[in-house]
Amino acid sequence: MTTKKVRVATCSLAGCFGCHMSFLDMDEALIPLLDHIEFDRSPLTDIKTATRCDIGLIEGGLCNEENKEVLHQFREQCTYLVAVGACAINGGVPAMRNHLSVQACLEESYLDGLGVVDAQIPNDPELPALLPKVLPLQAEVAIDFFLPGCPPPAAAFLELVQAVLEQRAPNLDYASRRFD
Amino acid sequence: MSDQPQFQLDGQPIPFQPGDTIMQAAHRAGVYIPHLCFHPQFRPHGSCRLCVVNMQGKTVSACTQPASIDLEVHSETTELRQSRLRLIQLLFAEGNHFCPSCETSGNCQLQALAYDLGMTHYHYDPFYPTRIPDGSHPELFIDRDRCIQCDLCGRASEQADHKAIYLLAGRGQHTHVAFRSDDGELGSTQAQAEDRASHVCPVGCILPKSGNYPDIAGARLYDQIPIHAQGNHRRDDGGTHDD
Repeated sequence: MTTKKVRVATCSLAGCFGCHMSFLDMDEALIPLLDHIEFDRSPLTDIKTATRCDIGLIEGGLCNEENKEVLHQFREQCTYLVAVGACAINGGVPAMRNHLSVQACLEESYLDGLGVVDAQIPNDPELPALLPKVLPLQAEVAIDFFLPGCPPPAAAFLELVQAVLEQRAPNLDYASRRFD
Repeated sequence: MSDQPQFQLDGQPIPFQPGDTIMQAAHRAGVYIPHLCFHPQFRPHGSCRLCVVNMQGKTVSACTQPASIDLEVHSETTELRQSRLRLIQLLFAEGNHFCPSCETSGNCQLQALAYDLGMTHYHYDPFYPTRIPDGSHPELFIDRDRCIQCDLCGRASEQADHKAIYLLAGRGQHTHVAFRSDDGELGSTQAQAEDRASHVCPVGCILPKSGNYPDIAGARLYDQIPIHAQGNHRRDDGGTHDD
């Protein structure tokens, strides 16, 4: 086992942060792990831009242009890029909009939805443009490892980090291969 | 000493009866060959291809290949496991399989085979096809997003219910489960919740409108025991469908 700490960046694209919650759900196993890893860009550190990292954990698929930009930054900076959770792997629940047009989704949410007051579709130029379809990460960049699940169990995160520490491919057991 | 004819499956002798396919004989002998569209009570369909086996250098589907004496058949090889994994990934990629929101998750044979074959991702880019659901029946809901076109509903409707309500219509990527009624809706047929066809779907396409999510995660059919160790079951079959 190496003495140099493994540097980990994390982010949520079109996700719900449930995968981040599951990472933290490894409970007391986090404490010894912190002797071996350190965090770079992550909602856990509030660092906004990834620097050179060993592992990039990305939850969520791609629903807008900013998601694509962040994904490419992670791909450039991370030795191992990991698609974490159902949304990163197949678009997940957000991809259920894929058989509808973006315009139809916006109208349903902001014009015709129940209880909408002062109906208008947001059009601030700072808002990233929505993609026509929600896409999995593999549609845009090469992915090194996949952690399935909604969310992946905490044990899957632990196995992934330990595998990288031990310089081997992760081996998810039956209980850690979950799609829900 | 039985003089019943036998063939070899992964080196194990499998007795068979006249007219048996490789799958039927293996199934009766309690040897699992992965499958989705095969069901021992219905005529073979040969469409899912999960049961591919190697028969003396030739790749065939075990559910349609007649057994014959002294055949050497291989099923659990590295190459066939890889083929089956890719077939499962294709099935996931060509439908809309959002397991986290599916009533059948944990009890689904497609998902269980994916777990068993070590699938972690799709490999192929998802199609995201547009498939129209049918909620016209008072007791049954049809979610075509999850259909794998195994035609088990069609076969059960014809061979067990003698109603011939369900069928596969369309061609290629437009193939879809359809219903024999004037307006094409399930609600206009004689389909009933207690029909065999209502309880044969291996995935979450044909669903009752009530009583879903009865089991908590961890207590569902395939949460603990892989499909190869218990066979293809539904949670409502009392452990008998595939026996």
